[in-house]
Amino acid sequence: MSDSIVSIQHVDKWYGNNHVVKDMNLEIREGEFLTLLGPSGCGKTTTLRMIAGFEDASSGIIEVQGERVEEKEPYQRDVNTVFQNYSLFPHMSVYDNVAYGPSIKKVPKDEIRRRVEEMLALVQMSGYEKRKPDALSGGQKQRVAIARALINNPRVLLLDEPLGALDLKLRKQMQIELKRLQKKLGITFVYVTHDQEEAMTMSDRIAVMRDGIILQIDSPLEIYDHPNCRFVADFIGESNILDGKVHSISGNLMQVETPCGIIKTCGEGFTVGETICVSIRPEYLSVTHEPKDGFTVRARVKDFIYMGTVIKTSLDLDSGQELKFSRFETDPDLHEGDERYLYWDPAKSVPIHLEASEVQA
Amino acid sequence: MSRGTKKASHSRLPMIAQAGPVSLWMILFVTIPMLFIIFISFMTRGTFGGVEYTPTLTSYKTLADVIYLNVILKSLRVAVVTTAVCLLLGYPFAYYIARKPADVASRLIMLLMIPLWTNSLMRLNAWMLLFQTNGPVNKALLALGLVEKPVMFLYTDGLVLLGLITNFLPFAVLPMYSSIEKLQNAMLEASADLGAKPSTTFLRVTLPLTFPGIFSAVILTFIPALGTYTITDMLGGGKVLYIGNIIKNQFGTIRNWPLGAALSVLLLLITALLIFIYSRFASIEDMEVM
Repeated sequence: MSDSIVSIQHVDKWYGNNHVVKDMNLEIREGEFLTLLGPSGCGKTTTLRMIAGFEDASSGIIEVQGERVEEKEPYQRDVNTVFQNYSLFPHMSVYDNVAYGPSIKKVPKDEIRRRVEEMLALVQMSGYEKRKPDALSGGQKQRVAIARALINNPRVLLLDEPLGALDLKLRKQMQIELKRLQKKLGITFVYVTHDQEEAMTMSDRIAVMRDGIILQIDSPLEIYDHPNCRFVADFIGESNILDGKVHSISGNLMQVETPCGIIKTCGEGFTVGETICVSIRPEYLSVTHEPKDGFTVRARVKDFIYMGTVIKTSLDLDSGQELKFSRFETDPDLHEGDERYLYWDPAKSVPIHLEASEVQA
Repeated sequence: MSRGTKKASHSRLPMIAQAGPVSLWMILFVTIPMLFIIFISFMTRGTFGGVEYTPTLTSYKTLADVIYLNVILKSLRVAVVTTAVCLLLGYPFAYYIARKPADVASRLIMLLMIPLWTNSLMRLNAWMLLFQTNGPVNKALLALGLVEKPVMFLYTDGLVLLGLITNFLPFAVLPMYSSIEKLQNAMLEASADLGAKPSTTFLRVTLPLTFPGIFSAVILTFIPALGTYTITDMLGGGKVLYIGNIIKNQFGTIRNWPLGAALSVLLLLITALLIFIYSRFASIEDMEVM
């Protein structure tokens, strides 16, 4: 594990009878931007807090830079945290907040001054030294909180939903800034969020969590294009998920029989008769007047939603299930109530073993 | 412009309705009596009590007398010790309660408050019974062989101090509790995260952030401890003199109202000074603890 800076091995966390993190194994690579993504209560924040030392693991090993840290107090660990609600010290100025870490390590005053100035410049907060946190906006507080953590030159920066309290526009802007900052400094970022779009924007790798388990850990693109279970397919981006049974297999091309007709997909490791689901992204789904390429699923156009850049079209299957497809332009040939047949490039759809949702990636 | 003034007069009515009754009450029953006290402190004492309205500084000159000065200093010293002990005992206790779950905390606060619901005279009488020469405390000490003859607890400075501390401890704990309770755990975590040991976190984060509670505790303990007379009167038996007893005596048996008033004004000044200091700190906020 030479390139892993944080290593989590067989870590469990119990709160009373509540098993919040289940036998977790995670290698965080040096210099990467890793996001723990999942709905609330999935154990992502608990995992982060165990790395920081605010929570003790019930069992298992946590290593930072090859050194076991389970027994170490937070103040003995070389990681720093950016908290969800900034947690700036309200009785200290911006300067004193940022200077807090080095002042505890008894760094000479001149050196502290130089580094505080450098950090505030880095987060574009020069000139705010004398302000109190109360006199800052949410975005400014966040920048100070980042500076306060980064001034200690941590090898790993832990960020616990740091942008959650910001409005959408500022959040998007800060996402890009954070990503650039991380690239520039080369520090490992471990980022916790429930916002899949945020995770996609910023991460080198995303670990999708649910119920204390990492379901899939991969690059955003890989997770988007090849979700390994139904939950991931559904949670990351938008997805149309059709349940069915493998009807026939030739090579890696499969025919899947759904309650509404036959569809086709590409995948390996499946057996005829197996109950699976197939995920197809809205941008890959197409409709046509007559059944095409062996697809026989019929749908009725329900309505159109204009999203600005794309137009989403909702379709009803005979089973009542609703599917969506998105395009950049309206199709003049398509109206509400029209009947069409679905098809897509089988290679663009993802067959998923159903039991995969219960198995850790 | 005219519209602005009209709006202002409009909004004044509900303001008066809200603050008016309390203001009136305060003016009638606090401000006017207080001004009257200040007024008579500059007057001449009547031969048989009361006040003769001839201006004089006699009362204040009397205050400078060594006897009074000593009493004032002693009262201040006792009030300081009471306050200090209440803070030292109260802070850890307040911290302990504040870190408990809300239901446990409210029960502990209840326990703390129960003594305050009993009549203070009854409490003090109970103390006197406990500590009298052949009371349970002395009997226990004798039985344990810790002392050879009964200890004279009553009417000593020690017992007065003990009485003051037990009486004012809840008043010290409550404001500190509310301050500590407001302290977010995330602040302590942030401090630890940045490398601070628990002791450093306490000095640089916990203490400054709970300072308002500490100062409220000081004011709520120090000022009444300085002015109290029931505790000092009963447990001190009038033998040990404190500023509160003297004020009471001047208005009672001795019938020197102007001197009593002058002593009251002195207490008022000390109080005002403390509150002034508090407001300074509260506005500066960024006080350096280390």
